[in-house]
Amino acid sequence: MIKEKLKLAKKEEVAANVYKFTLEGSHIPPRCSPGRFLHVQAGDGRAMLLRRPISISAADDQTCVIIFRASGAGTEAIASVRVGDTIDVFGPLGSGFPLLDDGTALLVGGGVGVPPLHFLAEELVKNGIRVKSVIGFRSAEDVFLADELRQYGEVEVTTEDGTYGTKGYVTDAALMNSEFDTFYACGPKAMLHPLQENIEAPGYVSLEERMGCGIGACFACVCDKKDGGYVKICSDGPVFEKGVVQL
Amino acid sequence: MSRLKTKLPGLDMKNPVMPASGCFAFGAEFADLYDLSVLGAAAVKAATPEPRRGNPVPRVAETDSGMLNAIGLQNPGAKAIREEHLGHCGKAGIPVLANIAGTSIDDYCEAAAVMAAAQEVGALELNISCPNVKEGGIQFGNDPQLAAEVTRAVCEVSAKPVYVKLSPNTGDIAAIATSVEKAGASGLSMINTLIGMRLDTETGRPVLANKTGGLSGPAVKPVAIRMIYEVSQRTDLPIIGMGGISSVEDIIDFLSAGASAVAVGTANFQNPFICPELIGELDEWLEKRQISHVSELTGRSWKSCSVPLS
Repeated sequence: MIKEKLKLAKKEEVAANVYKFTLEGSHIPPRCSPGRFLHVQAGDGRAMLLRRPISISAADDQTCVIIFRASGAGTEAIASVRVGDTIDVFGPLGSGFPLLDDGTALLVGGGVGVPPLHFLAEELVKNGIRVKSVIGFRSAEDVFLADELRQYGEVEVTTEDGTYGTKGYVTDAALMNSEFDTFYACGPKAMLHPLQENIEAPGYVSLEERMGCGIGACFACVCDKKDGGYVKICSDGPVFEKGVVQL
Repeated sequence: MSRLKTKLPGLDMKNPVMPASGCFAFGAEFADLYDLSVLGAAAVKAATPEPRRGNPVPRVAETDSGMLNAIGLQNPGAKAIREEHLGHCGKAGIPVLANIAGTSIDDYCEAAAVMAAAQEVGALELNISCPNVKEGGIQFGNDPQLAAEVTRAVCEVSAKPVYVKLSPNTGDIAAIATSVEKAGASGLSMINTLIGMRLDTETGRPVLANKTGGLSGPAVKPVAIRMIYEVSQRTDLPIIGMGGISSVEDIIDFLSAGASAVAVGTANFQNPFICPELIGELDEWLEKRQISHVSELTGRSWKSCSVPLS
């Protein structure tokens, strides 16, 4: 875990208000793996104190890619950083997705839940796993990463208004699938809930929540467990085995 | 760094800087990031007699230069804290300031007795100011008589010195301070968070599930400075100052206002390395101005013979 200023090497708007940042630094955070996140400072940190958790969508020794939606003052401030300037990041934090050794995986993502699945698909395919992705968005202008995911396997895209791919919700499309050994899902709780409850195969869900410290010290992002206890999403997760957390 | 050595009742510290209660848990997470032995002390998360689940989420909401929290004193209970969670501070050899909370005088005494018996604990921090729990102690922080009553009861069961953590959500904070001083407190820590609320502009509803929360961060610093300035002139108790500290200049201001030590809270969330960084910067600040000991700064804002700095 490090706190580091990384250089914004490349910036693309990959969908409406969704930005892809390629970050570079002499110390790219080691141990970036699918499902983990960077805690990113917004602006100089004086007006907006809390960092924003943004999942890692790709990483190697020199670069790290994050994709996020500019949807409030904090993420808008991050989105306004210019190429060549630096961004203060802390991480990588959290636990990642456990990687399958063999078999077939179904990846299910909604909106800004899709980026970590891109990193995951890449790593799973390296392990020789067959991957199918089902990703959902509101509308055609919101779709991103569909082409990138296609290099790792079959991709089905849903949009709520039907302007791209299948019309409907990503959960309904995902639940039509049965030929897989493990599922991996990232998105809002409302999306994860039907998957956790209805898929019989083992799987993992990655949760989103407002966070404070990002390391488990402030107890801002707790979530009830099904067995009565609780987890801290930032440090015990954000990835949990199916059936562990109450969604 | 001998110019930083600070000795307060129960707290023999290398320097006057500690993480504030609620922003450091029990140190395990930070021990992964830096050597805890550099800290002056550690104010750990509030202990209640029984485990507490805390409030529903969302529990935090950002505000301009501040944040609201309504965690709700989530903790595993005093006994579990004493037995399972103090090891990191103990191993580092730093004194623990054990925050205790409750809903009744009996609760406070029970938590106090458990925590005061821990070897790692140097002193207790009596939390009569948590704004986020129904009957979470703030009623004691609002009334000089009740504050004195709970302080007296806790001092009786505690073999360790007791610091009372004061609430800014009160009319006359100096009256509370003088009242707990008479009741046997060894020190004060101030200030706890200010009660606030943020609304979702679209829906008009409060953002926090608890509706209200405690405001912390740089936004509250002027309130803390004013209260420490006032209280430090009215009591002889040493004050641990807190409220939005995020730079060495903030620390100097708190000391000048009348604090003898400081606690860093919300700033740990943005920069988990802030405490060690500030300790280094504080030493440099004093060295540059050839101040032989940090205690010379305490109360400069009001002391008639205050040391002019070159």
